[in-house]
Amino acid sequence: MRIALFATCIVDAMYPEVAQATVRILRRLGHEVIFPEGQSCCGQMHINSGKFAQAEPVIANHVRAFTSTEWDVAVAPSASCVASLGHQQPMVATRMGNDALASEAAEVAERTYELTQFLTDVQGVTDAAADLGSYFPHRVTYHPSCHGMRLLRLGDRQSSLVRSVEGIDFVELPLADSCCGFGGTFSVKNPEVSSAMLADKVRTIQATEADVCTGGDASCLLHIGGGMSRFERTGSCDGAPDVTAVHVKETSSTDERGHTTETLTTVVGADDDDHLTPGHRGTSPAEPSRTQSGFRVGQAAVHLARILASTKEDPLRVPSEGAEVSGGSLR
Amino acid sequence: MTFLGMPLLPSKRRSDLPGGQGNIIEAEAFPEASHEHLSNQQLRNNIGHATSTIRSKRAEVVSELDDWEALRDAGEATKNEVMANLPEYLAQFEEAFTAAGGIIHWARDADEANAIVTELIEDNAPMLETGRREVIKVKSMATQEIGLNEHLEAEGIDAFETDLAELIVQLGEDKPSHILVPAIHRNRDEIREIFMDKMPDAGELTNEPAVLAEAARRHLRHKFLTTKVAISGANFGIAETGTLGVVESEGNGRMCLTLPETLITVMGIEKLLPKFADLEVFLQLLPRSSTGERMNPYTSFWTGKSEGDGPQNVHLVLLDNGRTRALADEHGRTALNCIRCSACMNVCPVYERTGGHAYGSTYPGPIGAILSPLLTGVQEQGNGSLPYASSLCGACYDVCPVKINIPEILVHLRGEDVKANHSPVSSQLDTALTGASWMMGDGKRMAAAERGLPLAHKVTSGEQINALPGIASAWTSSRDIPALPEKSFRQLWAEEEANDRDEEGQR
Ligand code: SF4
Repeated sequence: MRIALFATCIVDAMYPEVAQATVRILRRLGHEVIFPEGQSCCGQMHINSGKFAQAEPVIANHVRAFTSTEWDVAVAPSASCVASLGHQQPMVATRMGNDALASEAAEVAERTYELTQFLTDVQGVTDAAADLGSYFPHRVTYHPSCHGMRLLRLGDRQSSLVRSVEGIDFVELPLADSCCGFGGTFSVKNPEVSSAMLADKVRTIQATEADVCTGGDASCLLHIGGGMSRFERTGSCDGAPDVTAVHVKETSSTDERGHTTETLTTVVGADDDDHLTPGHRGTSPAEPSRTQSGFRVGQAAVHLARILASTKEDPLRVPSEGAEVSGGSLR
Repeated sequence: MTFLGMPLLPSKRRSDLPGGQGNIIEAEAFPEASHEHLSNQQLRNNIGHATSTIRSKRAEVVSELDDWEALRDAGEATKNEVMANLPEYLAQFEEAFTAAGGIIHWARDADEANAIVTELIEDNAPMLETGRREVIKVKSMATQEIGLNEHLEAEGIDAFETDLAELIVQLGEDKPSHILVPAIHRNRDEIREIFMDKMPDAGELTNEPAVLAEAARRHLRHKFLTTKVAISGANFGIAETGTLGVVESEGNGRMCLTLPETLITVMGIEKLLPKFADLEVFLQLLPRSSTGERMNPYTSFWTGKSEGDGPQNVHLVLLDNGRTRALADEHGRTALNCIRCSACMNVCPVYERTGGHAYGSTYPGPIGAILSPLLTGVQEQGNGSLPYASSLCGACYDVCPVKINIPEILVHLRGEDVKANHSPVSSQLDTALTGASWMMGDGKRMAAAERGLPLAHKVTSGEQINALPGIASAWTSSRDIPALPEKSFRQLWAEEEANDRDEEGQR
């Protein structure tokens, strides 16, 4: 098949490695991938801010870039952007009195899939290890983003693909279906509520003791990852470091290279005896703690495309001190 | 002349229709109003605990029904049918209600409704030695909405709430924060204190629910037996038969509905169902969605008056207060389908953190965020921050028994708010969005902007970003931003293509 990649604006500008991973997965299945150059954004940011007039040119641009017979389907590593194409673009175009654009947008949406939707529904991929060679030997938890779950009805497509990766130690995220609080401009217009939601999300993620939290939406991961990083540096991501429900413990362990590492774990709802005062929280901000697998504890929010794309031959590399996990090459 | 069911009057623009008044207007914008509640850990714990309990009960009893989705569809269809033909159903209802011996009063807004109720009480409740009159009330959101209790108080009439939770709120000189469990923000210890403080005959109490409930029962019993006039709300009005219905858990409502001589009901015009048989659907949808019960304990229906049985003086105040205006909004009118089950607030992550008071309206949570601006009109009367009080996660839409697409209406109302242009001086966020629209309206401009990435990467030394100025500081107040990449995907892709062409060329 010829597949048009819709990279989405956040992935394109902030997480190019997610688009690279998507390309690698699609090529591994034998598809030719093209990148429609005119593409930019689905318009969701403007639509959800009520800026319908400003959304219209963005929608028109997307339709222009993706109305073509040169490719069979389009694939995007983002459920919320795909949902926006089908659920919002035609609605806004209609509201702006542009019925032609509305029907073109609906056609483009019809041919556009979220990555795991494409893998599962179109390609029949059920076992990422067998079908894609995916290999990721880490403890991973999964946050199903709201729009994938409720607008695209992805069900367990994403989580079962991640579970089927070789070597993965999958751990269920408690209260997974509650929103992380991003909501685009919501996080700016109601920053305090957003932070409170984020803080709860981060606590439950840390309680799983996973090395990595994965998901299918770069924007939610940007939010969650940003919160985890802040929590680790300061012991809080909502300005309330002494939240009683959260208890932080430090444990020491020795890794394969014989280095002693300090691991920061968070226990939700543990006995009060276990409670350390904020001053005792975790390691000092200057020394990010690491798990044995080398990830910063609770700091790695990794898009599932990168997990599915990583193989024994071309693993998601865990580089030296300080750097974040990095992706493989395009090919 | 009545102007109910306004969509049939094409000459009126929506903005010409009167907006609702009363307790449906935010006194303070949501971000500020939520500030205090967010930092009140006690309140957050109480609400978080209560909502998660009801949430799981609801999920359990809903999963028992394999035709739940069909029931929702039926509920939605019935309500849509009512809204599409509201004038006819209201006329039918009026005829049946009057034929059964009831008297109907039409109220355009809160002021009119309050005046009607006051007059009825003055005609029917005796003046006591104290120089004041008394009425008892069973929980009614419509009277909350119009601020009836406050109005009566000023007119020399004391209204006693008989619903346990409402009683707690009233005695605590507080406001309800949830439509089903108005005292959700209070815990047992606080309730004990309120009772001991405000119930003259309470004596020493423990904080056990049974003890507290018994104290309330003793307190109310006397009122039920002596008060001549009661005020109620209604969950349903049946157009076919002129029947009114109240659904409750405690039985105190039934006392109010049966013991006094005069019964005054205040009901929003949107509460109608066409036929008695429609209750089959709604009496399944409502209790399961609201309290997580298969059936609610007390369901009371009355049709006018029956000789020698129950109140002989039966009145109904039909309230518009902005409903006609909401109905005229084709993108928002399904908000009137709401049966006030509260399922949406119990699943809402925003409500869970802020509680109901932050919404500044009788109707809090997701439904409040759309209903209040629709009733008052988002343009003239404020309520402009409510449509933004949601992350659009969609959990409310999934649980709503009548399938109100709350997220879509929120987005619609944001559009209305933007159109109304509340802040002529554009905010930083608006400026940023305008810039982004220009940039994202063309892939080439987007590519040009991304060519700045290597510089941004260098400026930030390839490090994560912990603090940004201006509008972005709201973001970095609680989150870091990851290190920017050196190149956008678009650039990487172009480089790969160029390499491929070079290799081809060399071959
Ligand atoms: S909007 Fe729906 S879920 Fe919310 S209270 Fe009304 S009927 Fe219930």
